[in-house]
Amino acid sequence: MPQLDPSVWPTQLFWLVLTFSILYLVIWRVALPRIGEVLEARQRKLDDDLKKATALKEEAEAILAEYEKMRADAQASAHEELRAAHDALKEEAERETQALAAKLNSQTEEAEARIAAAKSSALASLEGTVSEVVVAATEKLIGVKAGEQEVTRVVGQVMGDQAKEGGH
Amino acid sequence: MAEGGAHSPLEQFEIKGIFPARDPGEIGTLDFTNSSLMMVIAVVLISAFLILGMRRGALVPGRMQSLAELSYEFIAGLISETVGSEGRRYFPIIFTLFMFILVGNMLGMVPYSFTFTSHIIVTFALAITVFTGVTILAIAKHGLHFFSFFVPPGAPVAMWPLLIPIEVISYLSRPISLSVRLFANMLAGHTLLKVIAGFIGVMGVFGILPFALVVALTGLEILIAFLQAYVFAILTCLYINDALHLH
Repeated sequence: MPQLDPSVWPTQLFWLVLTFSILYLVIWRVALPRIGEVLEARQRKLDDDLKKATALKEEAEAILAEYEKMRADAQASAHEELRAAHDALKEEAERETQALAAKLNSQTEEAEARIAAAKSSALASLEGTVSEVVVAATEKLIGVKAGEQEVTRVVGQVMGDQAKEGGH
Repeated sequence: MAEGGAHSPLEQFEIKGIFPARDPGEIGTLDFTNSSLMMVIAVVLISAFLILGMRRGALVPGRMQSLAELSYEFIAGLISETVGSEGRRYFPIIFTLFMFILVGNMLGMVPYSFTFTSHIIVTFALAITVFTGVTILAIAKHGLHFFSFFVPPGAPVAMWPLLIPIEVISYLSRPISLSVRLFANMLAGHTLLKVIAGFIGVMGVFGILPFALVVALTGLEILIAFLQAYVFAILTCLYINDALHLH
């Protein structure tokens, strides 16, 4: 077995020590620090990004809360204003309705008064005419000249009754 | 065995002088041999892999960089599991041992190459270095208290004369078991591959059977190549842990 031949041991030991030492130095001084550096930088970047993301999230949440508050305030004030305007309009409309109703009432009363006056004057003038017609008619029909006062009284009574009947 | 025979399965372990090209038996200490060549190739490959792979140092790693980072994190994890945070100091030497043995084993899987980890002198040199270093570390850290390591805790004093020699022998056999494990695995695996491969030509058409077996065994050998490097590294970690904490 070639492994048990001591004559080839020194060269193997020599090259083993040489190559292994060089490899150790390269790994110790160059390769591992570089890998460690890269891994650390990556970890740092990850941590930084996470921290930044957390900060941004908090900021966004604060802004959202502020916005919500402002929105709620604006809504409340708008609601208030709307209610005030509504109340004012309602009050004014009521006032105007009342004024109109009052005006209409007074006009109605006035008109009724005018109608009543016109009716009574018409009735009065009608009574005189009717009395004269009745006197003339009775004289022609029965040749009796009725007492003017008597006729006027009767006609007034009859018309008063008729006016009462047909009043409505 | 048929040492020196043209198709001996052990021929692959022959040390051959490359510069100067001398016959075995006349090779000098400084001669550059096939073993030296593979060691140099291993060093160049590992250095190139680690340095060129990390050249860009990208935040999002590419394939080579991922592999380099993976090897770094693999060994870092191994150390933190077995030794803990104190083990950080020994990271470079364990990483070097792991990569050197791993690449040495893997290079041996290339046909017509040479496996320098299949030589007991190489694995023993590595193991005795680990053993010496760990023992010096333990004595430097604990002084004479180190020798309490050979007394199993809780053992009755009457048993000491029996237990202490056992502990001492088991401690002293560490470099032997460490080196023989790696050497024997490489030797046996490569010899077996060669023996079975030798049947392929002889069996004619039925050579397909040993050929399939060689393919399967090559896969197994690649696993063993990795596993033995891992075992060497983890045992080194455990020895360092023993040195730091004794029991």
